[in-house]
Amino acid sequence: MDDEKLHTRRTALKCLGFGGAGTLFALAGGVLTPIDLAMAASDDALKRAALKPLFVQISDSHVGFSKDANPDVIATLNRGIDMVNALPHQPNLILHTGDITHLSRASEFDTAQQLLSRLRATELHTVPGEHDTTDPGAATYFGRFGQASSNKGYYSFDHAGVHFIALVNVLEFKPGGLGTLGHEQLAWAISDLKARSSSTPIVVFAHMPLWTVYEPWGWGTGDAPALIAELRRFGSVTVLNGHIHQIVQKVEGNITFHTARSTAFPQPLAGEGAGPSPLKVPADQLPAMLGITRVSVVKHPRSFALNDSTLGQIS
Amino acid sequence: MRKTLFIALCAFAARVSLAAPAPATVTIKDYRFAPAIVKIATGSTVTWTNKDADVHTVISATGLFVSGALDTDDKFSYTFTKPGTYVIACSLHPQMSETIVVEGGGLVPAAGIEPATP
Repeated sequence: MDDEKLHTRRTALKCLGFGGAGTLFALAGGVLTPIDLAMAASDDALKRAALKPLFVQISDSHVGFSKDANPDVIATLNRGIDMVNALPHQPNLILHTGDITHLSRASEFDTAQQLLSRLRATELHTVPGEHDTTDPGAATYFGRFGQASSNKGYYSFDHAGVHFIALVNVLEFKPGGLGTLGHEQLAWAISDLKARSSSTPIVVFAHMPLWTVYEPWGWGTGDAPALIAELRRFGSVTVLNGHIHQIVQKVEGNITFHTARSTAFPQPLAGEGAGPSPLKVPADQLPAMLGITRVSVVKHPRSFALNDSTLGQIS
Repeated sequence: MRKTLFIALCAFAARVSLAAPAPATVTIKDYRFAPAIVKIATGSTVTWTNKDADVHTVISATGLFVSGALDTDDKFSYTFTKPGTYVIACSLHPQMSETIVVEGGGLVPAAGIEPATP
């Protein structure tokens, strides 16, 4: 159907029209792919490319966690916030991709909101993680962050010529399965996309990966492929998530999938151990395993450069 | 006549004793519910204890109950009042599940309420 139409020769040529931007994106992607290199040189690289920071992604702050893997998640979140506030070019927009809290408690949300209010950026957008929604009806999360989406959790908005789509894949739980968007949300997202031209840069963000990173641990979203199919016609798409507390990236055509680090604690590589238990590392190694993601515009507004910074980058 | 009544009473007593509600415990450890299958009589209470360093929840797949977040050593209990097979899961870790089989024990389920099925 529509999907097939997208792959006509005309569309292919149209996509090639983005070749310059696409290549630029790939080059900018070079900054983000070898993450460790980005650590050392990110600020210089940003300056050289004269990138305009579009937004910063913060994820998996787990306020309320206090076990060995990080006894002070407030300090590390604060460090992340300080990093953002110290950026030479302040982004106006911050995305938090969920697991703001550890146990969905009101006191944890209060602390998190207090900390996040220190951000100099004026706009904060959030999606819930499964740790934010363990109470019946996810009432605590929606009581604080539900307004933007009329308590649905999913919504879209425009910022600096970029169309952002916030999705929730942690509410329709299926045992043994992956995350789920659900029919209603999926239909909404597809119709939201249909109203945009293919040249509109798109950023989609959710808590759990929208691609299958590791099925046995549920690191994926079962009904996301229908959405991804709709995204293929766009010239520049960035799909962001948290949940797995480590960076994994994939590029598929014009779509870049990127998972962010946590500001709280690292998790094991997929399949290592009985489950994704908080990973205890020596204290001096912890900051290098936590971090934030900066997204800048390359050749505004056609494509983006993603730049991951660890908390180890500032002293 | 007396003998028949006696036998009937014995049979009734035996049936009741077999199906008497008894508490059951489940341990959550290494991202597993143990035991994975629990058989209980109607009216029994199951208590789950989280022995993992990670957080878990105990939820019924059909939405019958939600424990909320259980941190290490936290407990959650639920009394199963209707016979049926219940699939239990952790909403944080979809790889975890267990089955609770609630046996009838001569109690008639309330009309109009379907027991949970997997």
